[in-house]
Amino acid sequence: MRRLLIVIPYVWLLALFIVPFLIVFKISLSDTAIAIPPYTPTLDVSAGFGAIRDFFLELDWENYIWLTEDDLYWKAYLSSLKIALISTFLTLLVGYPIAYGMARAPEEWRAMLFMLVILPFWTSFLIRVYSWMGILSQEGYLNQFLLSIGVISEPLVILNTNIAVYIGIVYTYLPFMILPIYAALEKLDISLLEAAEDLGCSRFSAFWLITVPLSKQGIIAGSFLVFIPTIGEFVIPSLLGGSRTLMIGKVLWEEFFSNRDWPVASAVAVVLLLILIIPIVLFQRNEQKQREAGK
Amino acid sequence: MRQMSWFNVTSLTLGFAFLYLPMLILMIFSFNESKLVTVWAGFSTKWYVELINNRAFLDAAWVTLKVAFISSTLATVLGTMAAIVMVRAGRFRGRTLFSGMIYAPMVMPEVITGLSLLLLFISLGMDRGVFTIVLAHTTFSMCYVSVVVSSRLVSFDQSLEEAALDLGSTPFEAFRLVTLPIIAPSVVSGWLLAFTLSLDDLVIASFTSGPSATTLPMKIWSSVRLGVSPEINALSTIMILVVAVGVVTASLINKRNVLRQRREEAAAAKLA
Repeated sequence: MRRLLIVIPYVWLLALFIVPFLIVFKISLSDTAIAIPPYTPTLDVSAGFGAIRDFFLELDWENYIWLTEDDLYWKAYLSSLKIALISTFLTLLVGYPIAYGMARAPEEWRAMLFMLVILPFWTSFLIRVYSWMGILSQEGYLNQFLLSIGVISEPLVILNTNIAVYIGIVYTYLPFMILPIYAALEKLDISLLEAAEDLGCSRFSAFWLITVPLSKQGIIAGSFLVFIPTIGEFVIPSLLGGSRTLMIGKVLWEEFFSNRDWPVASAVAVVLLLILIIPIVLFQRNEQKQREAGK
Repeated sequence: MRQMSWFNVTSLTLGFAFLYLPMLILMIFSFNESKLVTVWAGFSTKWYVELINNRAFLDAAWVTLKVAFISSTLATVLGTMAAIVMVRAGRFRGRTLFSGMIYAPMVMPEVITGLSLLLLFISLGMDRGVFTIVLAHTTFSMCYVSVVVSSRLVSFDQSLEEAALDLGSTPFEAFRLVTLPIIAPSVVSGWLLAFTLSLDDLVIASFTSGPSATTLPMKIWSSVRLGVSPEINALSTIMILVVAVGVVTASLINKRNVLRQRREEAAAAKLA
């Protein structure tokens, strides 16, 4: 009984999570070919030991060397990191005051505000990104509004630029930033701030010296929760970004669906995974530390 | 209670306006008469009528609901099992790998999950369609379910289960009669989470589906790539409203259940 309980989910995840990765890794070492499937060599176990040995001999690191030679790829990795970093910072700037306002709101409002932050998370990600297309386009609502109040005389070009990508990321990932910061701020003891003010601290320096350090855990957790998924983001750069927006998730998609170059797409995926391991491990360690501190 | 400062009021107002205005605008313009989406030309429900008469959208909606229902149910069963293993099974060989496999799919970029599953299905020679999307969705959403359920399992009093075992019930009976009713709300929220994750997913479905099955997000994707369309606005409005009503109802029901459960637990503690 106990064994069955362990074995069923274990085997499921091995078969549909680990094995697929090994296949990706194997294909990343293969060569592109005009065939079905479009790579070579393919493993044919029934052909005996010699065939298996030949199969391994034909695998090489060629695709990885290719990734370093063609500057499209490393530029895409760097640009993904840059976009993820900047948008994480912007999300923090937008999210912190909201989380702060929520934590200071009257107790009876908080459950309601909390739900209002969660609600967008349940609605379709694709629709939330799409809703910005009508706002940011040349003849979109934002330009119409700004033209009508006379702030600008010519429509701004925002859609299909990196600015639209930043707006899209901040918008869709905002709840991930707000919730951990709110959780940290809600626990904060207000009497600490009052004590600081009594002792002659200005409001602003009390905020910097007490509130920010005590909400550090929330800031770190929120930043990782935004940073990690944005690196591999595909929908936002494809819908809101332009042809010059370079993000690795988009490159992988195009490599696979448009160029049909499976081995290179697989190599792109493996390298992306290696890059992601660093922030994921740091995030896990931070969570672990927090759990131990909480005990 | 201190009065809220003007700063907090402003940041909350602006913040929630930012979160909700884009969707609100989308919903308003779904009732726009004009085909030019950004120019208001009077109230009309014609895009809803066109949407209902569009077979392709209806078919895609049906495929999506089917996939979401089957995969979230499978994911709930597997995820609950995984949660029990994580919280209760103690040490066993390969435990570290197991917990890694539970957490990793949640942080994995969708493009990688999609690509790797597609390559698996191809190398097994499987026909891609509803079945393969179900397998893919079950795999990543079972991890979310297991996290939701295990957070409830950790907090509940294990001696209740032990009491049932002492009183002669089999482990399975103890689970069905004691544990399951207690963790039920978290199992339900896990199911709802898995269901919405599956409804939402574009990237993994695009990789793992074949020509025989198109989900609603895939259909939306292919229309919005070309720009804003009034039909998609109408469809989005329906989806947003359904989700909003669903989430609000679920959270009200959940709140009532939690309150009742707390009362019952308190009463039981008093008796003991």
